[in-house]
Amino acid sequence: MLTTALIVVPFAAALFLWLFPLPREYASAFAILASLVEVGLWIGGAIRFDFSGGLQFSARHNWFSDLGVSYHVGFYGFSLWLAGLTVVVCACSIGYGVWAGREHPRAYFGLMLFLTGSVVGVFASQDLLLFYAFFEAMLIPLYVLVGVWGGPNRVRATVMFVIYTMVGSLLMLASIVAFGISQHTFSLVDSGTSGNNWIFLGFALAFAVKAPLFPFHGWIRQAYTEASPEVAAVLSGVVSKAAVFGFIMIVLPHFPGPVHDFRTTILVLAAIGLAYGSVLAFRQPDIRGVIAYSSLGQMSLIILGVFASSSLGIDGAVLQSVTHGLVSAAMFLLAGMVERQWGTGEFARLGGAAKGRPVLTTMLLVAGMFTLAVPGSANFAGEFLILAGVFPLGWGYAAVGAVAMVLAAMYTLRVLSAVLHDRKSDAPDVSSADLRFGQLALVVPLVACLLALSVWPNAVSGHSFSRTPNLAIFQYVHAGPFQTGQVHMAGK
Amino acid sequence: MIGASIPTPHVDWLALAPSLALLAASGIALLGAVLVPAWIRHAFAATVTGAGFVTAGVFAAVVDHRTPNAITLLTDSMSRDRWAALAQIMIAAVGVIAVLVAWGEKRRDHVGEYYALLAAAAGGMMFFVQAGNLMTLFLGLEWFSIALYVLTALDTNRKASLEAGLKYLIVGSFGSAILLFGSALTYGATGQLGFVAIGQTSHAHDPLYVVGLAMVLVGLAFKVSAAPFHMWTPDVYQGAPTPVTAFMSAATKIAAMVVTLRVLTTAFPEQHRLWTVAIAAIAIASLVVGNFAALVQKNVKRILAYSSVSHAGFMLIAIAANSALGARALLYYLIPYSASAIGAFAVVAARERELVADVTLDSLDGMGWERPFHGAAMWVFMLGAAGFPLTGGMLGKLYVFSAAYQRGWWWLVVIGVLATAVSLYYYLGIVVAMYMRPGRLRVAVAGGSPPSDPALSLAIGLAVAVTVGSFFFVSPLIALARHAASALPL
Repeated sequence: MLTTALIVVPFAAALFLWLFPLPREYASAFAILASLVEVGLWIGGAIRFDFSGGLQFSARHNWFSDLGVSYHVGFYGFSLWLAGLTVVVCACSIGYGVWAGREHPRAYFGLMLFLTGSVVGVFASQDLLLFYAFFEAMLIPLYVLVGVWGGPNRVRATVMFVIYTMVGSLLMLASIVAFGISQHTFSLVDSGTSGNNWIFLGFALAFAVKAPLFPFHGWIRQAYTEASPEVAAVLSGVVSKAAVFGFIMIVLPHFPGPVHDFRTTILVLAAIGLAYGSVLAFRQPDIRGVIAYSSLGQMSLIILGVFASSSLGIDGAVLQSVTHGLVSAAMFLLAGMVERQWGTGEFARLGGAAKGRPVLTTMLLVAGMFTLAVPGSANFAGEFLILAGVFPLGWGYAAVGAVAMVLAAMYTLRVLSAVLHDRKSDAPDVSSADLRFGQLALVVPLVACLLALSVWPNAVSGHSFSRTPNLAIFQYVHAGPFQTGQVHMAGK
Repeated sequence: MIGASIPTPHVDWLALAPSLALLAASGIALLGAVLVPAWIRHAFAATVTGAGFVTAGVFAAVVDHRTPNAITLLTDSMSRDRWAALAQIMIAAVGVIAVLVAWGEKRRDHVGEYYALLAAAAGGMMFFVQAGNLMTLFLGLEWFSIALYVLTALDTNRKASLEAGLKYLIVGSFGSAILLFGSALTYGATGQLGFVAIGQTSHAHDPLYVVGLAMVLVGLAFKVSAAPFHMWTPDVYQGAPTPVTAFMSAATKIAAMVVTLRVLTTAFPEQHRLWTVAIAAIAIASLVVGNFAALVQKNVKRILAYSSVSHAGFMLIAIAANSALGARALLYYLIPYSASAIGAFAVVAARERELVADVTLDSLDGMGWERPFHGAAMWVFMLGAAGFPLTGGMLGKLYVFSAAYQRGWWWLVVIGVLATAVSLYYYLGIVVAMYMRPGRLRVAVAGGSPPSDPALSLAIGLAVAVTVGSFFFVSPLIALARHAASALPL
């Protein structure tokens, strides 16, 4: 019931906004209200959630029985965390949209809510076809949000984005058909395992594009730059985590053989992506370029953790998914605020923003510290868990990870100094004000979540995979070849 | 005395009622063209035709309800079964929407004939889907085809319409002739006319029989506009009056697809190795030609025409599966397809009336924001055609691919998936044109906003409801399709 409510509320709110001609103020207020209701529902659910249990808040209805498809939703620990990330980031992004005063508010907020609902739906799906429906449904609002409200090259960015992701997800449709027909059910709970490499590759490719994993990252630079900042925040913070969910929920438990065969390939690609993304991030001329490629690096790191095939790595991957989602959303929103004030995000024309703007400086600095995963931060805990988890598979991965952490420090500090301090001679003299209360209210919740997780990272990493033996993914994790015991960085 | 001695077959009037209702509507509309004063002629003809469609649909539903087992009529020349009845219901629904689309058209002459021909064409299709032997097959085909030839050419003041009519007539007659030739060869080889009787004779190695099968197949492929027999489609779709195109794109496809599967499975069951491969090849050709040709089109009606060729490819995949699941997939696929095709043409009709010009991608510019309802509806139809979720199009593709995979033809699934990926470019291109053209100076439509057309809006609304509703209410639709498919020997 709760899960269904969490999915239906944003869809219903979107439909309401589209159908009834509310004036801008009411439409904005309604959208914020709906997104806060969503956060409230999630908090209510998290309080009642039994983190030592299996699938919870589940609902199941037959959809069409001749192919064995049902509407089956529910949450495991890790998917509950991903859903929580979604509702928080989407609420802040909708708030940003209100602050920025987007054109065609009813269409815009309706689409943002539609997006929220479909992402939550992805994280709740327990049926392959339902998962696919939500996975594709995410694309519809994203396509319009980037294509209509984006920057000058938006149409090109949109077409790139759609073609990349649709080729991936249509091949996944072929895999879903093959898997579902051969298993006689599309249920993720009831279906068994498959050893078919082709079916596996269909899924893996779709998620590799979505994440993105090197070399399927061609769409991110343009999509993250041309999208409006709040859409980029959702795209990099939340939508990319659908790939993590897919890997953990579908690929690992249902394709043990192919995962074993392809593990090294995926790990190598992830390691390359991590190094490559970090190097590219260091070379970007504008804020959003840095965040885009840093996201590529971070997502590669998360996939490294997912395929580490140890409970340490996978717990770290979930923690890192949540923290990366929060921090990249915060960074995109801050980048958007900077771009709006200075009219550009290029480092060559920015600088000296720290003078007289203590609040902006503080927020950027704090978000930057999380990005570079300073020891003590939740991001550090996640990275450490992943690297510790992947270490037994080869010290090379961990070495790449360590180098990437250094690079992360370099590119983050470069952003901070270029925006806040290093005053260029030809930078326009903007005498605009510091962040106002309204803007703070958009970023502070994200940063507060990060701080809370820094104090207690085990909330996520220790409560993602319950110890119930009937959970397929849990069996996989704990039967993995590199089982290293329950080491958690509680309170690190 | 003498009359009593001639044996007459028992006539099951209920089974023929859908066709007869439409014939009656057609006749009344024609009479109206002469007897009813000009100012009310349009409303009269449209109402009569709409009523005819509703009546035919109701009769078909009654037949569907009362016929759990297939019955043959009139010495096996017709069949009364759920397979035909469901197709008739769908054609009737398409017809009602087509009448609504046509309602707001400013047509001064040939009003009565226009609606009479529409009803006659639909009546012919309803007869066609019931066909039980080669004679009725050809009769039904010619019946609705001739009505459509005339409808296409009805706008005698437009050169494009005349040209399209002539093209359709020539190419269509060619297709009919091939079908007739194939029928003759089949009859020559087997000595039988009835589908079931032909299927029961064993002439597997008779070259006449095989050539007959091939020619019947080609004749039907012309009607479903499958490549390489599709060349008439873009010109005819573009030239015909848009409500007629809307009707044709949905109803002809329903009738011809349903009949194709019936003929192949009842008359040629032993040749299934042959025709499944042939159908798969035609399907692939349609997917390739339809999708790639649509990429370069500028005229929206032509884009939609090529899109209908590519959809023919998807539906033929279901036929090639030659299974109960495939039959179900075909019937289900037709529902969201018909709704999104007729809806898309309805939006084109709306834009056409507003601009009084052909609708191209350029003239859709900014339409999404100016006409929010039409824009959003077109969005839904394009998503439906491309197979996105929250529209039945996605589940239609799922069923088609499942049928192909179940047969073991995974490569057909892969080709279908790749074709879908290509099709995104032009479906989303229409959305881009409506919403996302950057930095273009928009020319305001002369004369302000057009007069409201509630009938057209209702038609579009109904099409949206079916496109989206078929996603949520799959189970009942699939149950209907399953019952219908049980009438075929699968």
